[in-house]
Amino acid sequence: MEFFQPATWAEALQMKAAHPEAVPIAGGTDVMVEINLDHQRPAAIMDLNRIRELAEWERYDGMLRIGAGVTYTRLIDELGDRLPGLAMASRTVGSPQIRNRGTVGGNLGTASPAGDAHPPLLATDAIVELASTSGTRHVAIHEFFTGPKRNAMRKDELIAAFLVHPATGPQQFSKVGTRNAMVIAVCSFAVSLDPTHRSVGTGIGSAGPTPLRAPRAEHFIEDVLLDENLWNRKAEVSASALKRFGDLVARAAKPIDDVRGTAAYRRHALAVLARRCMTWAWNDYRLAA
Amino acid sequence: MRIGESVLRPDGPAKARGDFVYSSDLRVDGMLWGATVRSPHPYARIVSIDTMEAGAMPGVKAVLTHQDVPGRNLYGLEIEDQPVLASEVVRYWGEAVALVAAEHPEQARRAAEKLRVEYEVLQPVTDPDYALTSDAPRLHPDGNITRRVKIRHGEADPTADIVVKGEYEIGMQDQAPLGPESGLAIPDGEGGVDLHIATQWLHIDQKQLAGVLGLPPEKVRLTMAGIGGAFGAREDLSMQAHACMLALKTGRPVKISYSRTESFVGHVHRHPGRLIYEHGANRDGRLVYVKARILLDGGAYASSSTAVIANASCFAAGPYRCPNANIDGMVVYTNNPPCGAMRGFGSVQNCYAHEAQMDKLAEALGMDPVELRMRNALETGDEMITGQVIDGPVPVAELLRRVLSMPLPASGEFSGRAGRVLDGLVPQGEGGDVELTSRPGGVSNATHGESVVRGVGYAVGFKNIGYSEGFDDYSTARVRLSVADGRPRVEVHTASAEVGQGLVTVQAQIAATEIGVTDVVVLNADTRVGSSGSSSASRQTYITGGAVKAASEAVRERVLELAQSELRAASGLRIENDAVVDAVGNQVIALATLLGDAVIDETREFRPRRTHHLDPETGQANAHMQYAFAAHRAVVDVDTELGLIKVVELATAQDVGKAINPIAVQGQLEGGAAQGLGLAVMEEIQVKDGVIRNASFTDYLLPTILDMPPVRMDILELGDPNSPYGLKGVGEPPTISSGPAIVAAIRAATGREITRVPVRPHDLTL
Ligand SMILES: Cc1cc2nc3c(=O)[nH]c(=O)nc-3n(C[C@H](O)[C@H](O)[C@H](O)COP(=O)(O)OP(=O)(O)OC[C@H]3O[C@@H](n4cnc5c(N)ncnc54)[C@H](O)[C@@H]3O)c2cc1C
Repeated sequence: MEFFQPATWAEALQMKAAHPEAVPIAGGTDVMVEINLDHQRPAAIMDLNRIRELAEWERYDGMLRIGAGVTYTRLIDELGDRLPGLAMASRTVGSPQIRNRGTVGGNLGTASPAGDAHPPLLATDAIVELASTSGTRHVAIHEFFTGPKRNAMRKDELIAAFLVHPATGPQQFSKVGTRNAMVIAVCSFAVSLDPTHRSVGTGIGSAGPTPLRAPRAEHFIEDVLLDENLWNRKAEVSASALKRFGDLVARAAKPIDDVRGTAAYRRHALAVLARRCMTWAWNDYRLAA
Repeated sequence: MRIGESVLRPDGPAKARGDFVYSSDLRVDGMLWGATVRSPHPYARIVSIDTMEAGAMPGVKAVLTHQDVPGRNLYGLEIEDQPVLASEVVRYWGEAVALVAAEHPEQARRAAEKLRVEYEVLQPVTDPDYALTSDAPRLHPDGNITRRVKIRHGEADPTADIVVKGEYEIGMQDQAPLGPESGLAIPDGEGGVDLHIATQWLHIDQKQLAGVLGLPPEKVRLTMAGIGGAFGAREDLSMQAHACMLALKTGRPVKISYSRTESFVGHVHRHPGRLIYEHGANRDGRLVYVKARILLDGGAYASSSTAVIANASCFAAGPYRCPNANIDGMVVYTNNPPCGAMRGFGSVQNCYAHEAQMDKLAEALGMDPVELRMRNALETGDEMITGQVIDGPVPVAELLRRVLSMPLPASGEFSGRAGRVLDGLVPQGEGGDVELTSRPGGVSNATHGESVVRGVGYAVGFKNIGYSEGFDDYSTARVRLSVADGRPRVEVHTASAEVGQGLVTVQAQIAATEIGVTDVVVLNADTRVGSSGSSSASRQTYITGGAVKAASEAVRERVLELAQSELRAASGLRIENDAVVDAVGNQVIALATLLGDAVIDETREFRPRRTHHLDPETGQANAHMQYAFAAHRAVVDVDTELGLIKVVELATAQDVGKAINPIAVQGQLEGGAAQGLGLAVMEEIQVKDGVIRNASFTDYLLPTILDMPPVRMDILELGDPNSPYGLKGVGEPPTISSGPAIVAAIRAATGREITRVPVRPHDLTL
């Protein structure tokens, strides 16, 4: 096995261009498991941990541009106030050790339907910044996931960063696992309220071949909030509307039966999670006034 | 260091720091690595095996198949039915077919992939009920029933005022010891082999290895290596014979260490079970009869199935007085993963059933479930369903009374009230970690109190301590007193396995107490001393403790004889704090002075009272020598909409007879309850068509610290007149009734009739 250790981003991109088969490694919390379980025997590995730019974040054109190598722990500590949904999801990832090593870049790289960072990124319309020696391109998060553990990244590309708007309103994330910590999601859900644009974003995890949005649920609840002037009135959303929102989220899912749960349960649980998350977020909005 | 004092484990700091040498850490210069080729089919005929390509791979020093087994290619704890390497047929997914030794573990693994085995795939028998039918293929020469236990007690056709029936299903639990199966075999150059191994019983390994290797036992010497947990998983051979075969073949040391995935197929599991029960009682709540059909799936090989089904049958009615019983216990062969010993050993499966039945009965009678249990509780002198009259303290009602009277945890702010949404607000960006950890779903942020309902449940269980049914239960201890660096020092040498249970301090405490010496060293276990039996059946403190006590007493007697003859001292001498003292405690002579160069070395065997085989037609016999009891109360919060569970508290009362090392006893009560909790709400090996679907810790979930609540403990020391110091075995009872209490609490919270464990979210919601 070959081992590359680029010191700069430019060097990393060159190496990736020259050795497209090289598997990048950030925190290694997915890559090392794959290797240890003998699911993967990469011919070459490229360690991205020396590259300072990857571990930095900055303000960028009204958004936050967060390097692919920023760990969950740092996200929680440094950006928890601006990205509450992603921070909530980050808190549910693995254990403190995993959060100290694991990165959102790695979560995107693996592109597991169960990746916990994905629902909040979907709910907030994040953008993935991919780079290669031939340039940089921005891929909308909902176009990034192309299949189970597949994404839009080309062989010669690396994930440089993801871009996301700082929250303008409440966000929530919730997941179901059959253990009270350190558990892969049976299903998960994120919601983001954007009072500025009067919009609602959603993200569904672990209930389809890829992480999903629930556009019909979003439109439905946006209409309810507008039609009843709720953004201004800051009144409660009716129980029936919340239930319908949950049902529409469940309908957007494409779950299967597997060792972690049944498709029927996943749909059921998603409806509950969506209703609860929307309730919590909306109550946050009302109380924040 | 005396018995009754809390003594810390000597290996604790090393284990906490990561310095402790486990069997998987063993290494020696020039060693090879072994890898195992395993069957990808649960049931298939082996047509041919081609080793050519594998043998030609880089670094490979040996490729072995069944043809290379030097001795008898069969072994087993109770029935010799399992090949070391499959020859004609494979009977379970992951069965060992061939071995490779190479210079590097990766070379061994790659070569293993190149071994060509042609299989004729057969339709596996995966349903234990189907295995019983005459249509099913016979998986072993004697048919598919490994053992049937019939218990016929009292009247044949009793009638009762109130009858409740139920069917229960128990999933397959894994012992999941953190240390994988591993060891190092070193050939001695003279045809023999030294095996360094983490096992629960050195001598049974030695005996089986001698047969398989075709060697006399003295040519197969075993030394205990650091054990990373056992819980029953290390009672059967795993890689022992394989490593020895490769070492003898290559003339080089060979190490084998399983991966986590391989470990899941490399050891037996807890038997899954289907239990059909009928209880009859009078209107006043007194049990009239229990009828039960217990079917355990033993998987492909017998392992200890015949003893497990005996327990499941003998204790089928629970620790209750029951004048009439009709129990049919069966364990069958299938092509599922082999099952055998696991903490609780047959008493866990039936406890779920009899305790669910007692709750059902209480409901049918309109009676409080704890009251019903106390009314029927076994007492000293009662006859059990096996006809055995139970002696010694039998505090079933007392244990229940104690857990009942313990204070309940404050009903959590978020418990028992649905829809208190605003109270549950989580500050933005905070996730409210602190509060979340106390709720169902834990850190997953699944509920802020919505739909959380609290339930409380009770259960009581019991089991036998030590071996049963006439099996010769004994242990051997050698205790040696000498003077080292001017101080008396005692060495205790046994073959017993320190599996984490704390036997290491128990042995030292007993020797220190009996001999009156402060410096006691427990030597590493090996086969240079006689057998101690297994570290299982909660028996070692009793049996090996008894042997250490006997040998220590013998040493003490000799010291006192020496003192008397040397000093012509009066009688009534004792040893205290490294000195011989007289009747009033004045020092007569320092031990170091008295002994000089002399060495006092005594070996003793200890045997508890004998047991007897169950009558094959009636199941009546004095089959067990001691019984241990525990009761649990569980307080559980259930998110009834999502089916998620938070066990808020476990409370337990257990009679340990005498707590030799109280802090270790507490550890057993907590750890055992955690294992019980695991089976109740998450731990299950999922097997489909004979194939394990979750052979990793990603999806075989073990409880974390956020799943395991604090345990309120009431430890009784009632003193058994038959045992050393009055002690009782401690390790298993905590695993028996903890889970059933949790399930009872979930039933109380949800109103659902839960008939299967582990309880899954969809069982509570759909
Ligand atoms: C015990 C344990 C618990 C876990 N629990 C969770 C959990 O609760 N939720 C969850 O979502 N995940 C969990 N995971 C999975 C894992 O921690 C996450 O997916 C994590 O985000 C991976 O990040 P990493 O930096 O470690 O990635 P790595 O393992 O380094 O990489 C993962 C993938 O991304 C690629 N990659 C990494 N960085 C880049 C880059 N800059 N450009 C291109 N490709 C890149 C790699 O090549 C690889 O394919 C767990 C893992 C473990 C071992």
